[in-house]
Amino acid sequence: MTDASINTQADLGEAQFGDYFALLKPRVMTLVVFTALVGLLAAPMPVHPMIGFCAVLFIAVGGGAAGALNMWWDADIDAIMRRTRKRPIPGGRVERGEALALGLTLSGFSVVMLALATNILAGALLAFTIFFYVVVYSMWLKRATPQNIVIGGLAGAFPPLVGWVAVTGSMAVEPWLMVALIFMWTPPHFWALALFMRSDYDDAGVPMLTVTHGRRATRVHILVYTVLLAVLAIGAGFTSIGGPIYLVVAVVLNALFLLGALRIWRRDENDSEADNFAVERKFFRLSLLYLFLHFGAILAEALLKPWGLGGWA
Amino acid sequence: MSIRVTHEIHKRRMGRNLGVALLLVAFIGIVFGLTVVKVTSGDFQVPKVEEMN
Repeated sequence: MTDASINTQADLGEAQFGDYFALLKPRVMTLVVFTALVGLLAAPMPVHPMIGFCAVLFIAVGGGAAGALNMWWDADIDAIMRRTRKRPIPGGRVERGEALALGLTLSGFSVVMLALATNILAGALLAFTIFFYVVVYSMWLKRATPQNIVIGGLAGAFPPLVGWVAVTGSMAVEPWLMVALIFMWTPPHFWALALFMRSDYDDAGVPMLTVTHGRRATRVHILVYTVLLAVLAIGAGFTSIGGPIYLVVAVVLNALFLLGALRIWRRDENDSEADNFAVERKFFRLSLLYLFLHFGAILAEALLKPWGLGGWA
Repeated sequence: MSIRVTHEIHKRRMGRNLGVALLLVAFIGIVFGLTVVKVTSGDFQVPKVEEMN
């Protein structure tokens, strides 16, 4: 092997360990880990710390596997969009086949290990989550309908349910409320992103609402979904996952979120371009805090229950 | 120009190999820990002899 051939390989990009880790979408994984942890700790049964740790770990690995498979499938449009063009595959550091192999391997691994560590139902739910994200969302809906993120958001909403079932081995209403919360939160979160990422989805030909129905319709949709989300989020405060702490957090955050959605609705493109989409960006950042604090409040209510402080009882 | 022993590619491969090694060690630890917890918490109780007959 000559010196020149080594340099050529280096220029093409020899993947580092971190590149394979980046295939697992670590930022999305933090959301998966946190919401799964809340589902797990809010369940009305004790769980051994080691089993709880393993459950969250394998759910996170399953989420990461779905991320790798999504990057394998979407490599063509990731290369076009500014937001995603530096990802490992379009960046030329990892080959598509490697992402596919990693995704499939980790999918099987995480599902089997979760089923062994906890129960079959939890493993099956994780398998369904991966299937839904990769096949239903990535392969089918994402390029076919502007409702892609509405229905596809269900995949991202499942982790708290998987966490709950990992402990209890059965379904209940409470984790479905958490699923509903993430499900309703996803559209305004992504549509705000689509508003200020502007041409990305246009260029890639992804039928986001901004592309198919226009930016005005997207602003209206954000407001409508935020109102529905507020009703659900505050309503959940009166159920068994809620309590005084959750209710206060929900009322304050939903008031702020509604205010943000109203501002987005009242603006037009000229207003937004004048301040480089400051309101839309702020709404997007608030949406991250919104979800984190809602689940933080659910966790607080659950953790305080043994001392008779959490919940309404 | 001669080939340096620690070329950039070697560093990257070293990092990858080290990462995989650490993951495998961690996996062994997790499986061992899980097994201990499962066995001691009675999830996998061996049936008594009379139950087997």
